[in-house]
Amino acid sequence: MLAIFAVQLTLAVLVTSVFACIQYRPLLFFSSGHTNNWAVLVCTSRFWFNYRHVANTLSVYRSVKRLGIPDSHIVLMLADDMACNHRNPKPATVFSHKNMELNVYGDDVEVDYRGYEVTVENFLRVLTGRLPPSTPRSKRLLSDDRSNILIYLTGHGGNGFLKFQDSEEISNVELADAFEQMWQKRRYNELLFIIDTCQGASMYERFYSPNLMALASSQVGEDSLSHQPDLAIGVHLMDRYTFYLLEFLEDIHPSSKANMNDLFKVCPKSQCVSTPGHRTDLFLRDPGSALITDFFGSVRKVEITMETINLTEPIQQTYSYVDQLPVSEIIHQKPKQKDWHPPDGFILGLWTLILLVFFKTYGMKHLKHIF
Amino acid sequence: MAAHRCSLSALLLIICSLLVFIVADSEKATLTGDHHATAVDNLQTVTETEEGAAAEEPAVEEERRWEETVVEEATADKEDTSAPETVVQSSVPQPKDDFQEELVIRPLHSGDIYASFQFRTLWETDFMRGNKVSHYRLFPKSLGQVISKFSVRELHISFTQGYWRTMQWGQPFLPSPPGAELWVWFQDSVTDVDGTWKELTNVLSGIFCASLNFIDSTNTVQPSASFKPLGIGNVTDHRFLRYATLPREIVCTENLTPWKKLLPCGSKAGLAVLLKSEKLFHSSFHSQAVHIRPVCQDWQCKTTSWELRQTLNVVFDLHTPGQGKLEWSLFKMFSRTLTEACPLASSSKIYIDITDDPQGEQFEVSPATHLLSQAMVLGDRRTFSVYDLTQQITFGTVRSLNLLIRWKSSEGDMLRPLLHAERYVAGYGLQTGEIHTLMYNNHPYRSFPVLLLDSVPWYLRLYIHTLTVTSKGKDNKPSYIHYQPSKDRVRPHLLEMLVQLPPNSVTEVTVQFERALLKWTEYTPDPNHGFYVGSSVISSLVPSIVAMDTNSTREQPLFSSFFPCKEESSYFMRVYTEPLLVNLPTPDFSMPYNVICLTCTVVAVGYGSLYNLLTRSFQIEEPSPGLAKRIANIIRKMRGVPPL
Repeated sequence: MLAIFAVQLTLAVLVTSVFACIQYRPLLFFSSGHTNNWAVLVCTSRFWFNYRHVANTLSVYRSVKRLGIPDSHIVLMLADDMACNHRNPKPATVFSHKNMELNVYGDDVEVDYRGYEVTVENFLRVLTGRLPPSTPRSKRLLSDDRSNILIYLTGHGGNGFLKFQDSEEISNVELADAFEQMWQKRRYNELLFIIDTCQGASMYERFYSPNLMALASSQVGEDSLSHQPDLAIGVHLMDRYTFYLLEFLEDIHPSSKANMNDLFKVCPKSQCVSTPGHRTDLFLRDPGSALITDFFGSVRKVEITMETINLTEPIQQTYSYVDQLPVSEIIHQKPKQKDWHPPDGFILGLWTLILLVFFKTYGMKHLKHIF
Repeated sequence: MAAHRCSLSALLLIICSLLVFIVADSEKATLTGDHHATAVDNLQTVTETEEGAAAEEPAVEEERRWEETVVEEATADKEDTSAPETVVQSSVPQPKDDFQEELVIRPLHSGDIYASFQFRTLWETDFMRGNKVSHYRLFPKSLGQVISKFSVRELHISFTQGYWRTMQWGQPFLPSPPGAELWVWFQDSVTDVDGTWKELTNVLSGIFCASLNFIDSTNTVQPSASFKPLGIGNVTDHRFLRYATLPREIVCTENLTPWKKLLPCGSKAGLAVLLKSEKLFHSSFHSQAVHIRPVCQDWQCKTTSWELRQTLNVVFDLHTPGQGKLEWSLFKMFSRTLTEACPLASSSKIYIDITDDPQGEQFEVSPATHLLSQAMVLGDRRTFSVYDLTQQITFGTVRSLNLLIRWKSSEGDMLRPLLHAERYVAGYGLQTGEIHTLMYNNHPYRSFPVLLLDSVPWYLRLYIHTLTVTSKGKDNKPSYIHYQPSKDRVRPHLLEMLVQLPPNSVTEVTVQFERALLKWTEYTPDPNHGFYVGSSVISSLVPSIVAMDTNSTREQPLFSSFFPCKEESSYFMRVYTEPLLVNLPTPDFSMPYNVICLTCTVVAVGYGSLYNLLTRSFQIEEPSPGLAKRIANIIRKMRGVPPL
C-alpha cells in the first residue's frame, strides 16, 4: 500500500518535472536563432606559386563539409586550378601537410566558380544576390533571414584591400557595403567573416552592420606567413593561420560544444608570427555562447516528442533594423593615424615659401610689414 | 457457374480498366517498391480471405479483383525487358528504361593502354509534345529536365584533358577536342535559339561545375554542313544547331563528380567503382562526355527512345606509374578491382581487344576467358575477349576481378590510321601569322572527301583572299566553301570546306591572319599565357576494309554503335587537330603606375631644383671654432667679456 503510494508519488514528481522541462524546451530550442547554414569560400590568387591559398580554401571546405554543410549550401570559388595543373606531381590532389599526408581536394569536390569567373563583381553579386536570371542554383547564395553564413577569404592583400587574380582589388569599404546590403535584404542571421591575408585586420575595420563577427590572421602592418614547403611539390602548402585553424577544426565534431572564444585562441603569436585579430563589437550575442558548429557545421536541432508543446509566449524578437549603430559616423570616419598623410603645416609652409620668393624678388622692405 | 463468372469477369475487366485509368493517373508518381510489397501482401491476404469465404457480395469481389489486376499490371510493367502483352489493358503505359555498361581495354603499340567506359541508358518516353515527365528511374532527372525545358533534340558535351595522338595510338572510339566542346540541335519549335542557347550553357555550367557560361556569341558558330544530327530526325536546318568550344577549360575532379552522379548506380557498384580521380587524371589523355539523342527502337523505326550515353576515355602512360615491366592490371590502372556488376544494368561487360594478338604471342590476358566476340568498329573487324560481369563465375573464388595483361614481346606495328591531321601557326612577330592545317590521307589508292570546319576567334583577322589548298604541290579546289566573316566582339570566323583528298598524300590549307589589339579590359588576368584558337574539326566518310553493319538496331557492343552507319563500304570518322596558342600584342599593365611615379618624380625634382636656383643666396661663413675656443667663449659670455 505504502509502496504503491510511493511509486505514485515518484511518478507524479517525474511527470511534473518532465512537463516543466517541456515548457522550457521551446526557449532552449530557439536559442540560437538560425535554421540553415551557408558557406562562401573564396580563394583569390592565381598561378602555381599561390598553391597555398587554394589549399587554405579547400581545407576550410573540407571541414565545413565534414561537419554537415552540403555542397548545395557551399559556394566555393577557386581562382586557379592547382589539382590538375600540369606542374602538380600528383594530379587531382591538393595537400595541406608536407609528405602528402592529407589530401584536402578529396574525391567529391564541387567547385562553383573557377578560373576567370572569380572576380570582384561575381563575388559581390553572389553576396548580394544580384545575379543574372540564368545563373544556376549551385552558383547562388540562397540564404534567408535565418541563415548563418561563413565567409572565408584568402589571397594576397594589403591595408584596406584584397587582390583578386592579380588584376583587380576589393576594398574594405566595398565589402562593408556589401554586408550592409545583405543585412537590409535580410540575407543573413549571423555572419562569421574569416580572412587570411597580409594585413587582414584592415578588411574588417569598416564593417557597420549588426551580427557580424570577424577574424583575421594578422594586424595592420603585419604579414601573414606561410607554413611549410613540400620539397616534392616545390611550393608552400598552407598559410600558418589556416593550418592551425584546420588542426583546431579537425577536433570539432557535429555535437561539439566548443565556442567562439576557443576560435579566437587559435594560432597565438608564437605559432603564427603575426598577431591574429578579431572583432565582436557588432555581434549581439556573447561570443562565448556562439558554438563553432553554428557557423562551420549544419547541426539540425531535431527533437522527437510525442507531447504537444504550447508556445504560450511569443518568441522574443531580439533583432531590429539598421539604426542600431550610427552609420554615418562610421562611414565618414577619419583615416587611421598610422596612415601617412602630409602634416597640416605643409600648406602653411608652402605659402610661406611663396611669400618668401615674392619678397626676395620684389624687395625685403615689404617683409617687415608682414611680420 | 463458370459462364456466370466469365461474363462477370468481363464486366469487371471493363470497370477495372476505367478505375485503373483514374487511379494510375494519380498514383503514377507514387508507385514505389514499398507499394509493391504492400500490394503483394494485400494480394496474399485477399487470396486467403477469398479462399476462406464461400459466398461474397459482387461489389466486394469486384474490389478484390481490382487489386489483383492492378498489382499484376504494375509488376508486369516494371520489368525492363521485352514488353508484355498485358500492357494493352492499362491505358497509361509505364516508360521502359534500360541501362548497359561496358569497358573496352585496348593495349596500344606504344605500350600505353586505352580504356574506354560507356554507360548507356535507353528510355522509351517522350519529352516533347507537352508530356510532363515526372517519374525518373534510370534516366537522371537533371538532364531530363534540361531536355524538356530547352527543347533539345540532341546534346553532346565533352570535357577533355590532353590531346589524342592519332599516329601513336590509332583512332579513338569517340573523338573529342582538348578543353570543353558543346554542340546542340534544338527542336524546330524553338523560336529564340540564341536566348535558349545562352540559358542552356548557364544551366550546364551549374550541372557540370565548369565555366561553360563563357560560351557566348563570340565563340559560338552555326556549322552548315558538319555536325549533322547523330540521332533520328527530319530537321536539318542549321539554324537550330549551335557549336562552341572552350579550349582553355580544365578538367578535374570537380567535373568528374557530377558526371558520376548521373549514373544510375553512381560510383558505388558496377564499372563506375573504377573511376577514381587520382588515377584517372594521372594519364596522358582523359576525356569524359555526355551524349543525348533520340534513337530508333526497331528496324522500322516505329518507336523512338531517348538514349543517354556517358563515355569516359582514358589513356594510361606506360612510364607514369614508374613500372619497369610491361604489365597492366585493373588494380594498377584504377587502384580498384571489380566485385560486382551494377544491379540495375541489363548488361555489364568488359572487352579486351586481342585482334593484334590472336595466338597470344604478344601479350597474355589473365584470368583467361573463352568468351570471344567480334565487332566491326572503325572500319575493321576486331576480336575481343569478353568478361560478363553479370555472371558470378567471372569473379571466381576470390569474388573480385582483377584483369592482368602481360606483354611478352614488343614487336609488330600498328596499322597507319587512314586520316590524320595537324595544325600549327607559322610566322614571326606580333603583327601577322599564318595558320597551316595539314590533312594526311594514308590510303594507298582511294581518295575520299573531307569536311573541314574552322572556327577562328575574331581577334585573329583572317585574310581569306590568301586561303590556299594544295595537295601534292598542286592546287586543290574545294567543291564547297561556306565562309562567314567575323565581326569584332560579336562573332568568330567560320570556314567550312569540302576537300577531296587524293590517295597517299598530304593536303595543306593555309590562311594568313593579322592580330588585333584588344581593349585593356578584355585581357585575361594572365595575358602572357596567350590566347587559344579552338581545334579544327575534320569529318569524313572513310573507306573501310571490311563491310560495315548498317542495321543499327541489332545487338552490338556500345562502342561500335555510336556513329550511325548508312552504307557498308565506309564509316564515319571525325578527327580533331591541336588547338593553337597565339600571343596577342599585350600592353604592359604596370604602365599607369609607372607613369604616375615618373611624372611625380620629375615634377618634384624639377620644381625643387628650379626653386633652389631662384631663391638661394650665397653667404660667406666663418669656419666653426674648435672645441677649446667654444668652451672659452661660453665662459667669457658668462663673465660678460666679449668673445675671442
